[in-house]
Amino acid sequence: MTQLLKIRDLKIGATVYPPGEPTRWMEIVKGVSLDLEKGKVVGLIGESGAGKSTIGLSALAYGRGGVEITGGSVDVNGRDILKIRPGALRKLRGAEVTYVAQSAAAAFNPARKLMDQVIETSLEHGRLSKSEAEARAVELFRTLGLPDPETFGKRYPHQVSGGQLQRAMTAMALCPGPDLVIFDEPTTALDVTTQIDVLAAIKTAIRETGVAAIYITHDLAVVAQVSDHIMVLRHGETVEYGETDQIINAPREEYTRALVSVRQIEHVEKGPGTEPVLKVEHITARYRGLPRDVLHDINVEVYPGQTLAVVGESGSGKSTLARVITGLLPPSEGSVTFDGRTLSSAMEGRTREDLRQVQMIYQMADTAMNPRQTVGTIIGRPLEFYFGLRGAEKKRRVKDLLEKIEMGDGFLDRYPAELSGGQKQRVCIARALAAEPQLILCDEVTSALDPLVADGILKLLLDLQKTENVAYMFITHDLATVRAIADSIAVMYQGQVVRYGPKTQVLSPPFDDYTDLLLSSVPEMELGWLEQVLNTRKMQSAGN
Amino acid sequence: MRRIPLGAALGLIITVLFFLAAIFAPLLAPYGMAEVVGGVWEPASDKFWLGTDNIGRDLLTRLIYGGRTTIFIATAATLVAFGVGTALGLLAAVLGGWADQALSRFVDLVMSIPALIFALVVLSVTPTTVLVLVLVMGLLESTRVFRLSRAVAVDITVMDYVEAARLRGERRTWIIFREILPNALSPLVSELGLRFIFGVLFISTLSFLGLGVQPPQADWGGIVKENKEGIVYGIPAALYPAVAIAALSISVNLVADWVLNRTSSLKGGRG
Repeated sequence: MTQLLKIRDLKIGATVYPPGEPTRWMEIVKGVSLDLEKGKVVGLIGESGAGKSTIGLSALAYGRGGVEITGGSVDVNGRDILKIRPGALRKLRGAEVTYVAQSAAAAFNPARKLMDQVIETSLEHGRLSKSEAEARAVELFRTLGLPDPETFGKRYPHQVSGGQLQRAMTAMALCPGPDLVIFDEPTTALDVTTQIDVLAAIKTAIRETGVAAIYITHDLAVVAQVSDHIMVLRHGETVEYGETDQIINAPREEYTRALVSVRQIEHVEKGPGTEPVLKVEHITARYRGLPRDVLHDINVEVYPGQTLAVVGESGSGKSTLARVITGLLPPSEGSVTFDGRTLSSAMEGRTREDLRQVQMIYQMADTAMNPRQTVGTIIGRPLEFYFGLRGAEKKRRVKDLLEKIEMGDGFLDRYPAELSGGQKQRVCIARALAAEPQLILCDEVTSALDPLVADGILKLLLDLQKTENVAYMFITHDLATVRAIADSIAVMYQGQVVRYGPKTQVLSPPFDDYTDLLLSSVPEMELGWLEQVLNTRKMQSAGN
Repeated sequence: MRRIPLGAALGLIITVLFFLAAIFAPLLAPYGMAEVVGGVWEPASDKFWLGTDNIGRDLLTRLIYGGRTTIFIATAATLVAFGVGTALGLLAAVLGGWADQALSRFVDLVMSIPALIFALVVLSVTPTTVLVLVLVMGLLESTRVFRLSRAVAVDITVMDYVEAARLRGERRTWIIFREILPNALSPLVSELGLRFIFGVLFISTLSFLGLGVQPPQADWGGIVKENKEGIVYGIPAALYPAVAIAALSISVNLVADWVLNRTSSLKGGRG
């Protein structure tokens, strides 16, 4: 039993700049303690703002963007790294302790070959000679399951997929032979089908190199697969800290229980209606300047007051389908029929009434709202534009809508920057509802949100469907979301619908290979799930 | 309300003083604008605070009236440049395609000719009135504003909220003025300060070369021109307008920087 990392009563703060208020000092980590032995993995879990990345980076004695470590101690191999000289700290960073970032695409230098970047720190710290480092890198590429480990390093970052890049970064972190690696949400930005491979590779690499790790994520099911201990964080404080088995199977705290049981919304599918509100027939589309079709012969229907979930990994064409339906991208073949009328293929040819009937909610609520308009203006504009409401009447309607999305009228004069992620998405929902549409296209509306917040949004959408009788086309890569809200499902793979039908039918065997892969890749809150799935898989993801 | 930083406060005060002096020139100036009141190049005295110029007019009076002309022309030209440049720049960004190409390439063409030479050619064949000066300067400067506003707006037009507005069926004017312009404002405001200063320098240069404001009307470039021979004899008359131009430039830029900092704050997202 050798103690590698000992964090005691860590306090971290930052200067915050709340809009419209004086700047103030805010404590973001309030006295957290943590122990890690050699070769063990601890998972840090919590929603955004819980302080999990900040705690992880403290093992490098690093505060990102104005963050300052104000108290406590961080001992790595028996010495307090908060007190050592900058020179000694430089020797520690990138050698004894290394870091794997969330977005590998942003972390690699696009102008240099992977090998040069993977071995850079090892050479910098004089840990290995160039040939030794390269040999070790190749070894790591093999362990991490990368294709052609011998020549993989000769490629540039843009020549490999996202999942491979994430594994290359893991190799970079492991190359100098560190004692501790910090994984900061390494699989969050990946598709489920890719995530599972990266997760497996990280797990193998950790086991084979005997390195200790801090694994930061917001997905409890993911962290349960790799870690020995889990620390649940909220608002900078430890909620619960224990062995993985205990956290998953016998959580003590209310908050942990909420995290474990997240996404268990029960939704009974409705029977198919009589006349579909939206009919997409034989749609084939391509982007200008691209040689191949992005969508190929798509046929789906949406019934009034029901939800069609469109599932697939990135690049499968599911968002493009939404663009075709809205008229942003006119298809090369096929037609979109709404309420019995064939819609003009381009947006410019549609009437205001056509436009009103189909509304859209975006993935990034941040960029979907004009930062210089107040919530009142954002929600009020469709009312004014489509129904000619003005003054007091408009204000009353906006308040109604705020009520519907479970936000008070105190938000009327707020700007988007003053809202939380979940509130922003709610305002976007209200804006869509303001037009009183028959169909709302929801493009990954929950994927940028924390699990508990996402749950709230899904529940809200389901409630609104009941009261407003609006149909949704729900684009997502997350099957848990699909189970929670869909009435029918279309599974997309490389621009085609590979499986389509009512929810229970699509989600029951026999499966085609792709649906099977997709379904089995969704992490489950269960120990040993990862190994079990890897042994029974039939095919690999397209992005792998 | 946050406190105004010292630099910006200083800049603001000086800028306001310059503009007040320009507006109330007839009240402030001790003598008439073109009145010969003393000897040639008299030194500074109680009677003439800054001395007299090459034909015996009070230099302080000339400087105040000159500031009035220079600041008025520069302001008007900057407004023309921003009106035309921003409107066309945003339009090009929203329209895209061939309209954008045509406008952008035309602007490139105009910009490939040095502005000063272009202005000299145009002014040598047109009557040199204030209106012509303002238009020529404004239109030439508008090419710079066009480039900036187009570049800023192109980034904004691809945002989801602009797409949402288009999907709602909004007219182009709403998209330009309500969705894009408020978000493009902060770089444009700081550019406004910079362009105004270029305007001051431009009109001064033109006047110095004799193609700008015509005598006996005073303006800063003209005062330098009239008194430049004096430098040889150690008479500082030509340097005062230079000091005025520098002071105005620096203070306007201090204000513009502060406005830019305030409005482009990532933490609040509003100005």
